[in-house]
Amino acid sequence: MFLTNLAVLVLAGFVGYAVISKVPTTLHTPLMSGTNAIHGIVIVGAMLLLVTDAAHGVLSKILLVVAVAFGTINVVGGFLVTDRMLEMFKAKPSAEATRPDDDEGS
Amino acid sequence: MIVGTALTGATTRELLYIVSFSLFIYGLSGLTGPKTAVRGNRIAAAGMAVAIIATLLQPDPSNMWLIALGVAIGVALGVPAARRVKMTQMPQMVAIFNGVGGGAVALISWVEFRSTDGFAAVSTHIVVFSLFAAPIGMISFWGSTIAFAKLQDLLPGRPLTIGRLQTPLNAALAAAVVACAVAIVAGAHSEALIVALLIASAVLGVLVVLPIGGADMPVVISSLNALTGLAAAATGVALDNTSLIVAGMIVGASGTILTRQMAAAMNRSITSIIAGGFGGTSESAPMTGPGGIVHSASPADVAIQLAYARQVVIVPGFGMAASQAQYAMREMTKLLDANDVQVKYAIHPVAGRMPGHMNVLLAEAEVPYEQLVEMNDINPEFPRTDVALLIGANDVVNPDARSNPQSPLYGMPILDIDKAQSIIVLKRSMRPGYAGVDNPVFTDPKTSMLFGDARESLDSVTQALKELVTAPA
Repeated sequence: MFLTNLAVLVLAGFVGYAVISKVPTTLHTPLMSGTNAIHGIVIVGAMLLLVTDAAHGVLSKILLVVAVAFGTINVVGGFLVTDRMLEMFKAKPSAEATRPDDDEGS
Repeated sequence: MIVGTALTGATTRELLYIVSFSLFIYGLSGLTGPKTAVRGNRIAAAGMAVAIIATLLQPDPSNMWLIALGVAIGVALGVPAARRVKMTQMPQMVAIFNGVGGGAVALISWVEFRSTDGFAAVSTHIVVFSLFAAPIGMISFWGSTIAFAKLQDLLPGRPLTIGRLQTPLNAALAAAVVACAVAIVAGAHSEALIVALLIASAVLGVLVVLPIGGADMPVVISSLNALTGLAAAATGVALDNTSLIVAGMIVGASGTILTRQMAAAMNRSITSIIAGGFGGTSESAPMTGPGGIVHSASPADVAIQLAYARQVVIVPGFGMAASQAQYAMREMTKLLDANDVQVKYAIHPVAGRMPGHMNVLLAEAEVPYEQLVEMNDINPEFPRTDVALLIGANDVVNPDARSNPQSPLYGMPILDIDKAQSIIVLKRSMRPGYAGVDNPVFTDPKTSMLFGDARESLDSVTQALKELVTAPA
């Protein structure tokens, strides 16, 4: 089990490397924000410990609720903010197709 | 029978995790192109939803109310923040979202320690991964918090150091973290050890980011982002969860590359950034300096210069965005467009506060995408540019980066604005830029300065332009 996980870990590293090899500077900010949202996956870890009742004691449960809240902020906030940024790149030309033609002089 | 259902449940969960990380990888590959990016982000979000549903699909779920409580708190804090944040404040928002993710990792490791009585009867490799995740998550949380505070101006953006003690203290803290971890792996079960480990990591996170200057912050946020990814992957190994391993690791790997690309765009090595002190050497490097003569101009002067130019290149900087001047600028450039003046925007790779940040800000003001020109394409055009108009940018046009080896900016690729026929600078005051160094462009004889709030200045220039254009020839 451990070795399988280790294999998955190494392979995922290469996948991440391959996917990001060439990104235009324009997209660095949204990309950073997008990958940021993806590591919000830690929320799954906190939920897992709660839902399988692996943690006992009040302090442990409080810590996990905080962890779930943190994870939620990471996930929801991250994806929302990335979406807002990317929407702005979507607004596309059409309007300025006419602009370069009006050079009859003033 | 019961074993049977539990098994199929576990298989379903594993299958859903595979679906979820496939969606992450597919979505992430979409994020690397402008056309597929919006969809890519949403696909990744769908992957997250699948992973969460899979996790909650348990034969005998406990603590569902506590989970709902955590999610509700997270939504209540995260959603309004994400909706309201201004595009100019994006870097610090990303920093804080990253930080809480790291915090969650650290808390999970702590709870694992508690719930197994100090990793009693847990195999060593699991303990090692969990103890890797804990300090990295904590460093990421506190480092990101400091990055947030600096970008939000809650702390000064300049490097804050504690002098010579800095390096030995950091080393001592790192040694303390490792010592606690080794003791726990060796079989010590005292909770004081893990608490000490977390505290030492927290202090280390604060101390590592404090001396880093504001201009380097994007690289710091990006590297902390990669670290949180790695910590999440380690947590995944400790919890035997494929989804965490894959998602964490692809963020760790892609984040590392992104960090290197950003650092390359700024011509900074990651080690020299972490070593800190960017902008801190300005007092030891006297330059052509603030003693030079500054020519100031009125909005009407600026309007005349612009109206009779053939080509105007605008260099927008964070100062423009900070005073929300991009809309006023767009109004002005519409007039210039109508008056047959060729307008282009020179985009430095690190304009704004993160690579690509300026493109977001200009897209928000509906500046035509074709008018945005990247640094390497615009630089050869400056000699035949009549007016270079600098709006709230500073360090990215500092010629000292080309010619003065003493300057802390030396070596950073810049926009060759000093080669333009004339230069107009819209600036609030003579204050130096974010890196805290002087800029000889301001005292250049062909430079005129229009002081004041960028938006108000642009409004007055637009007004003056209107009068010029409509006046009978």
